[in-house]
Amino acid sequence: MKKQAMYFKMVTSSLIRRRSRMLVALLAVAIGATILSGLITIYYDIPRQMGKEFRSYGANLIFVPSGDQSTLSASTIKKATGFFPSNNIVGIAPYRYETVKLNEQPFMAAGTDLKEVKKVSPYWYITGQWPANNGAVLIGKEVADLIHLSPGDTFTATGTNGAGEKFSHDFTVSGLVQTGGAEEAFIFMSLPDLEGIMGDSDQVDVVECSIAASEAALGGMVKQIGENVPEITPRLVKRVTQSEQTVLGKLQALVYLVTVIVLLLTMICVSTTMMAVVTERRKEIGLKKALGAANKSIIMEFLGEGLFLGGSGGVLGVILGFLFAQVVSQNVFSRSISFQPLLIPITLVVSICITGLACLIPVRRATDIEPAIVLRGE
Amino acid sequence: MNLLELKDISKIYGNVKALQNINLNVQQGEWLAIMGPSGSGKTTLMNIIGCMDRPSNGSVILDGQDISKEGQKGLTTVRRDKIGLIFQQFHLVNYLTALENIMVAQYYHSMPDEKEALQALERVGLKERAKHLPSQLSGGEQQRVCIARALINYPKLILADEPTGNLDEANEGIVLEIFKQLHSEGSTIVVVTHDPEVAEEAQRTVVLEHGRIARITDNNKEIRGCDL
Repeated sequence: MKKQAMYFKMVTSSLIRRRSRMLVALLAVAIGATILSGLITIYYDIPRQMGKEFRSYGANLIFVPSGDQSTLSASTIKKATGFFPSNNIVGIAPYRYETVKLNEQPFMAAGTDLKEVKKVSPYWYITGQWPANNGAVLIGKEVADLIHLSPGDTFTATGTNGAGEKFSHDFTVSGLVQTGGAEEAFIFMSLPDLEGIMGDSDQVDVVECSIAASEAALGGMVKQIGENVPEITPRLVKRVTQSEQTVLGKLQALVYLVTVIVLLLTMICVSTTMMAVVTERRKEIGLKKALGAANKSIIMEFLGEGLFLGGSGGVLGVILGFLFAQVVSQNVFSRSISFQPLLIPITLVVSICITGLACLIPVRRATDIEPAIVLRGE
Repeated sequence: MNLLELKDISKIYGNVKALQNINLNVQQGEWLAIMGPSGSGKTTLMNIIGCMDRPSNGSVILDGQDISKEGQKGLTTVRRDKIGLIFQQFHLVNYLTALENIMVAQYYHSMPDEKEALQALERVGLKERAKHLPSQLSGGEQQRVCIARALINYPKLILADEPTGNLDEANEGIVLEIFKQLHSEGSTIVVVTHDPEVAEEAQRTVVLEHGRIARITDNNKEIRGCDL
């Protein structure tokens, strides 16, 4: 038998044949690794989770025409939205605003993609239904109160189109919009409907974009669009992006702090367990020294056991930590968490290092013991 | 030819003089017993001979090498290469089988050799128990494994501390038979014991009292009175 084979035999025999003791140590390492990997998973997933939460509060980026241009064309918008990672796009809603008259009172009509509006502004409270057919519109609560309209009512919109010709179109109120904001003074219809009554197309005044990304990432996209699509001036909705960044930063700092504290507690817990394991084996260390083992050999043996325990505990920690993070995420964010592959090496390395260190300190102290004293049990 | 020479050995712990001016030679192939009441310095002397402690004064020459000035590393090397230790409490590694316990000594000495370790077990009559853990062996069997482990690296000196202290009469007989066999093959044995029957088996018995050699007997014949 080669020396390496004997070394492996000694390490594995110690772990397998002393399994009750080693299970306690393994449990300590696994619990520490579980909490560590779980918290790191949550730490890295918070921006994604919270980003989705923040997307409920409306657009975080808008496109407006640049310079002398007064409108945006569909092709320009398509070119600009090409700079968004497709997975991060929550919704992109173009708006065209025109003045129409209801009972000779002027109101602002907004033509848009109502399906996208639903994604970009999920906070809109609708009484009635979202429009499903042509000629169906949403009207703001303020408009409804002024002209006494309810869902299911019809009204006639009049005005002058782009060519200077008068128009008159009937619409059905599908639902009322309540937001507590400026939207309550608008009439929302599909873009083709508005283009139909105005007699022209491909003229959008503003595009509201809801993109799941950090403020920095959004800043990068804004820069790219600004440089590559001169017809568009992209603007961050600062009140959304900055408050998002502030809350995210504080939340991440909190989880980071908790992770560090848990890591320290884990180190203490694992160290204490390993110290107890090593201390009860002082006689064995003394015996091995009496048989002629060099301190280095004894340290290597215990380190081998520690690394094995750290590795096994780390593997368990990766699996259980992900489950732990999943449970936390389901309960707190009501969403499933994404697995971070980088977490495998991080958890393994941290577990192995902590266990190795926890073993090394008591073993080094134990190797200073005189075999004669230990073997006499004094 | 002397294998071991103790020259004017003293060991002092604070104000306690555990050993005082011990002079003793052990010849190659000799079987020596060390006796004495508790606190007489037997264990201290055994630890010094076994390279697990150093004398405060005097010198210890083992196989021509002065080990009294060696550091921990040097003493570890001497223990590994020249001494086979047998303990009263057996001190086997509890998670290794009888065979693996012997191979541990080979592992620290040079290279583990399963065949040779099995032969050592066969020599003490435990070949069939090779795969058993210490907890599955009787006290006598554990002591025999301990003896096999002590012999595996062909030590110059076999040093046994109360080798029959924890054994019943039958197992004491078996262990003494093994010692006789080893002695007849030319091994040098130093046994520390309380038991006069064990001591009688040795060629010479050194009796310690209050850290000094009180007397040395040779085959039941007192050869030298000592009032040191």
